[in-house]
Amino acid sequence: MISLQISQVDFSYLDGLVLHKIDLSVKAGEIVGLLGPNGSGKTTLLKLASGILKPAQGEIRLDGYSISQLSRKYIARKVAVVPQQFHIPFAFTTGEIVMLGRTPFLRALAEESEADRRLVNNALELVGISELAERRFNELSGGERQKVILAMALAQQPKLLLLDEPTVHLDIAHQMEILELVRELNTGQGLTIIAAMHDLNLASLYFDRLILLKEGRVWADGTPNQVLTEARISEVFSALVRVEQHPLTGTPHIVIMPKGSANHQK
Amino acid sequence: MRRRNKLILVLSLLGVSLIAALFLASAFGAVSISLPDIVKMALNKVAIFDFPSTWRAAEETIIFQIRLPRVIGGALVGMALATAGVLFQGLLRNPMADPYIIGTSAGAALGATIAMLLPINLAFLGFGLVPIAAFGGALATVFLVYNLARVGGKTPIISMLLAGVVVSSLMAAIMALLISLSDRLQLNLQSVYSFLLGHISVTGWEQIAVIAPLVIGGIIGARFFAFHLNALSLGEEGAAYLGVEVERDKILILSLGSLLTAAAVSISGLIGFVGLVVPHAMRLSFGPDHRFLLPAAALGGGAFVIIADLLARTIMAPTEIPVGIITAIIGAPFFLYLLRRTRKEYAF
Repeated sequence: MISLQISQVDFSYLDGLVLHKIDLSVKAGEIVGLLGPNGSGKTTLLKLASGILKPAQGEIRLDGYSISQLSRKYIARKVAVVPQQFHIPFAFTTGEIVMLGRTPFLRALAEESEADRRLVNNALELVGISELAERRFNELSGGERQKVILAMALAQQPKLLLLDEPTVHLDIAHQMEILELVRELNTGQGLTIIAAMHDLNLASLYFDRLILLKEGRVWADGTPNQVLTEARISEVFSALVRVEQHPLTGTPHIVIMPKGSANHQK
Repeated sequence: MRRRNKLILVLSLLGVSLIAALFLASAFGAVSISLPDIVKMALNKVAIFDFPSTWRAAEETIIFQIRLPRVIGGALVGMALATAGVLFQGLLRNPMADPYIIGTSAGAALGATIAMLLPINLAFLGFGLVPIAAFGGALATVFLVYNLARVGGKTPIISMLLAGVVVSSLMAAIMALLISLSDRLQLNLQSVYSFLLGHISVTGWEQIAVIAPLVIGGIIGARFFAFHLNALSLGEEGAAYLGVEVERDKILILSLGSLLTAAAVSISGLIGFVGLVVPHAMRLSFGPDHRFLLPAAALGGGAFVIIADLLARTIMAPTEIPVGIITAIIGAPFFLYLLRRTRKEYAF
């Protein structure tokens, strides 16, 4: 079981304040989408949650423990991160990359065990890329690479999975595939999931709870229906949209209104 | 499991070639001594064997007092440089990195030049002032580069590479200035030149006794970081997500690599290409997993330098060519061949 509590967190890079007084908690088993314009602090918030950035103010607790007190190794056994892209300069095979997910569990001079290999095979299977195991990571397509990194994260056997825009740069079929998988990890495996998302419609379809950030503050937090309103979206993104209902799921469906289209409405 | 067996086989073959190179290189020189005799001499020394002497006492002296120390010195230099090359390429995620990339070469060269400038004749543990100054210069430079690149508790790899380039240029300039200003150095240009091109200068067991523990210790120490080096292929952030304490590992890996490089430089000057080519050859042939790459590069590097040094002292005998020329002549074309054959494996 894992829960994440972020209380009164401020964070700034050298050139300015990025997050202000962030307060939010995520309970074990939740699936949460982080939304907000570019630069609103989504990625920074994920980096704080994984402990690789330290808050200037406030505290982040993982399972009740202050994350600043936990070793990287301990965190890596509980929390896995799927960043947007990896560039890997050497010719590792897919199987070797997924095995890297076992790093926090391996002792320096030990060999990986049968159990480690089984976990890697399970992760490859779960993500549906067993047939890629012997292929070189650098030769794969963007969608395949994203799946490999996801499989690597799963080999960590995390309780909390953080994803940074997992569908960016992917075509619509791969977007669906990744998000269906993430959803399945949440309902089937009980993983707690927080994902930064840029596509509002995908976020609305696949996440139970959405957190909307604007200029480093939490602007809205709730179900897709509560968060994705026309007023909020125009406030936060300064974009003209109409919110309709998805014909199958009933969740909000955002329709972009091109400039000049207002005239056609009447 | 089959892959594992294959890797063990490859490591054993590399080990055998290293030993074969040791004996082969011992056989050649101003006096040729037959290989079987050398093997028998060696076995008499180390084991319970007692082969009747079919060789002259002088030959035994040549082998044990002159050739073996030098050949083993060459092996240690090659092992140290190749291991340091793997460490730096892995840590910096830069296939073009070599043991000298963050300033060890410039620091060692400046240290050695200053030592040649001083009218002091000092020896410590069998080492003259020049190797000691080279060793110190190499380590001091890495320390300087690391601290210059440090910003807000972190040392980003890119700033380290940049600081390394700048500090190296500055030191090279100071060295050139010293050479052009000093009559003493002008007269010693040959020694400066020989240091810069690499020359294995081992005159006895005393130096080996100091360098061997450093190199062997460094190689064993490096092996402890194999998993973390694999994780570091994902970059600093990616490695941190996998539980690696990146800043701590960076200091330890840099220290190990620099110590190995400094140890090599102190008995050989600056031998190029070994630390670049050997790790690449091993990685392209057997894959990038550092658990295997580290021992493979050490064994391959040792054998490579032994053979290069054998050529350096025999092809134009009695004149000795700087061994760095041989490593470059063999290494550069080989590197180009590897690069063209397997270009797609590197996503620059």
